[in-house]
Amino acid sequence: MSFLELSGVQKHYGPVAALAGVDLSVMRGSRTAIVGPSGCGKTTLLRLIAGFEAPDQGRIVLDGEVLANGGAAVPAYRRGIGVVAQDGALFPHLTIADNIGFGVVRGADKRTEHIVELAYIVGLDKAILKRRPHELSGGQQQRVALARAMAMKPRLMLLDEPFSALDTGLRASMRKAVAELLEAAGITTILVTHDQAEALSFASQVAVMRDGLFSQVGTPRELYFQPKDRMIAEFLGDAIILPARIADGFATSPLGRIAVDTTERRDVARIMLRPEQVLLKRTSREGMSGTPEMLFGEVTESEFAGSMCTIAVRLLNSPDPPDAAAIGNTPLILRKPGMDAPALGEIVRLTVSGMAHVFA
Amino acid sequence: MQSAVDLSRPGLPAGLKAGHGTRRRSLSWILIAATLVSLLALLPLAFIVWVAVQTGWETASALVFRPRVGELLVNTVLLVAMAVPISIVLSVTLAWLTERSDLPGARLWAWLSVAPLAIPAFVHSYAWVSLVPGLHGLWAGVLVSVLAYFPFLYLPIAAALRRLDPALEDAAAALGLGPWRVFARVVLPQLRLAICGGSLLVGLHLLAEYGLYVFIRFDTFTTAIVDQFQSTFNGPAANMLAAVLVTCCFVLLALEVLVRGEERYARVGSGAARQQQRTRLGRVTLACLALPAITALLSLGVPFVTIGRWLIAGGTDVWRLDEIGLALGQTLFLAVGGALLATIAAMPMAWVSIRAPGPLQRLLEGCNYIVGSLPGVVIALALVTITVRIAMPLYQTLFTILFAYALMFLPRALISLRASIAQAPVELERAASSLGRPPLRALWSTTIRLSAPGAAAGMALVALGITNELTATQMLAPNGTRTLAMAFWSYSGEIDYASAAPYAFIMVAMSLPLTWLLYVQSKRMAGR
Repeated sequence: MSFLELSGVQKHYGPVAALAGVDLSVMRGSRTAIVGPSGCGKTTLLRLIAGFEAPDQGRIVLDGEVLANGGAAVPAYRRGIGVVAQDGALFPHLTIADNIGFGVVRGADKRTEHIVELAYIVGLDKAILKRRPHELSGGQQQRVALARAMAMKPRLMLLDEPFSALDTGLRASMRKAVAELLEAAGITTILVTHDQAEALSFASQVAVMRDGLFSQVGTPRELYFQPKDRMIAEFLGDAIILPARIADGFATSPLGRIAVDTTERRDVARIMLRPEQVLLKRTSREGMSGTPEMLFGEVTESEFAGSMCTIAVRLLNSPDPPDAAAIGNTPLILRKPGMDAPALGEIVRLTVSGMAHVFA
Repeated sequence: MQSAVDLSRPGLPAGLKAGHGTRRRSLSWILIAATLVSLLALLPLAFIVWVAVQTGWETASALVFRPRVGELLVNTVLLVAMAVPISIVLSVTLAWLTERSDLPGARLWAWLSVAPLAIPAFVHSYAWVSLVPGLHGLWAGVLVSVLAYFPFLYLPIAAALRRLDPALEDAAAALGLGPWRVFARVVLPQLRLAICGGSLLVGLHLLAEYGLYVFIRFDTFTTAIVDQFQSTFNGPAANMLAAVLVTCCFVLLALEVLVRGEERYARVGSGAARQQQRTRLGRVTLACLALPAITALLSLGVPFVTIGRWLIAGGTDVWRLDEIGLALGQTLFLAVGGALLATIAAMPMAWVSIRAPGPLQRLLEGCNYIVGSLPGVVIALALVTITVRIAMPLYQTLFTILFAYALMFLPRALISLRASIAQAPVELERAASSLGRPPLRALWSTTIRLSAPGAAAGMALVALGITNELTATQMLAPNGTRTLAMAFWSYSGEIDYASAAPYAFIMVAMSLPLTWLLYVQSKRMAGR
């Protein structure tokens, strides 16, 4: 039974369709990430769920209550949905304590204790409560924004790229902390981001958005290993895409015979591998002889970048590719640990682990 | 809730102080120049103190504590206490309607809410008196004051509303606040700075205004001082009234500081704010249109209709072209001269306050603002006395009047310059230095060049002020000077309203483009 249900939600700004009919269903207590390039409509969707704007068409139902139906919409202040904006949107004229307590009725029982408790939960020092937003660092501001949104015990929490203003190290730890925090509080959460790694690591359900539509919705694993099309595959990470002839659960490709994730297909199609599925083993030109079924390549480029090293491998004895010979000659770009990555000119033996994904 | 532990990180220090040691030498020259300007600016204030001391306590208290002064004080306080709050309410409503609602023709109404500034206050008053001859007293004073001066509040409030980050209002709505409570708890507090600054400006103008209140026969300190000056020249009575008036100004300044507080209203966070949404007025659109329409009718319609009527009544006879040409020439000359002087004098102070802020610099800057907030009549009175007693050859010379203008309008030049210098990155100055320019030339080729538009805007504002200035010009200008404002004043004083009309018309026509500039500048400051 889904907690939040969007069906056919559309929103136009003049002639531009920001959302062209979006369907989504979110389970109670789950975490969903909406990911897409900037301008794809993800923030618009968030604003419609929050109630800052009304959809042109479609329904938004939260916990059985219709929030928006066509043009009619419940205003934001009656929805009880928490929002944490990109830069926190703290009230600059109020202290941190007043910011956190903003949504709590003034004079409410134990208001101060409640504020202190919330500050503790999000990991803010008590001394900070008397300060003003501009005296806080970016990470602290985000915590205050989170505490402020949690203070009113929201049914649903919307996070609009809340980590994008933070630096890399802080971003990862904040993301983990926030995920655990919301999980512990049992709050259903929707995160909007343009960072695919953030989306994959944060959520139990990821929706990829493009041009105002969801192109695929699923678990992070599904999306990463079984993307619907090339665009999604490349948006979520590096991908090796090869032409192949499929039969009996195997593909014959420039990388040899590879198991695929379907047994029904029997045709020529494109398959996708993640670069980390291609394993390399150092060898030499002498080692190549006499083993025709093995696949060898030569390292043509090597770019050292600390922990990781990007290398290009040109296949030396690729079996005949089914159609495009040109593809066989394009080197494979792989990222390997920098410590013992093969050097320029070295000969490597290639093997593929796991299954390749067949595009429709 | 385990994560709470890893979440807590020690807070970073709020900001690191940047060193300013590198450009000591050029800084010291500029600082000396700024100090000199500030000391000169303090001259009128020093004069008031000196006169008070010289007059002696007995004479002074006899002159200050008398029923007449009490009467003037009541008038002035009532005027400020009524006109300012009415202007605030009017301006906030107009600003919200023009900036945040889907009022039809919002841009036109916005411009019409600024345009009354182009009409000198005494022309407003002239228009009302010739339309409703019986108009006089406190309520008349409040009415005309609000109409003439509310744009000083409207401009900053509209700019602040435009700059507000809509994300804050969204956040408040998401936290369960309805539209009215969002306005009261989020929007209004953020307008506080704009309201305080605008109110101060309106209050100071009310204290300084002369012509407006003479027309409607309402006595304030300024009118009383001029009366006193005309009957007894620079006697102790006038000087003591001036001292009380200065005290009133200080009270307003202190009030503003108190109310404004130390709070910060800038947007926290990075990135561009998203576009604001305008509230749909729906069925109340027509009712809402009435407010800007009536305001425009009273503040613009009345003056224009009156001037037009007198121009038609006067026909071609009132256009005495040689006389008008002479007045126009003199006005332009004084306006440009005064504007240049004020801008040059403001330059070092503006640079110092942005590039090398410190307690001394803030104090110096404060001096300039305080003197600029003094009524023209006080500055004129001080300069009359000083020149007559100490430097007689300078009495009623071009030098003295330009000096007075520079003192009075320095803050206008300073504010514009400051804003544009603040936008010129200091890195450019450093880059020019590292490319081999000596400090002052580096300054000239980067910051001063880049601040030229701000300087021009400041000069335009100063020129606007000088064009419409009446009291100081009358008291200080060389014999035979007859500016547009003086000519208008003398004709209307003789109840020859028709002959005064062309001068009013020319003043308004000259001020309109400058007011337009002000309007555009305030839009640009808000980033649009």
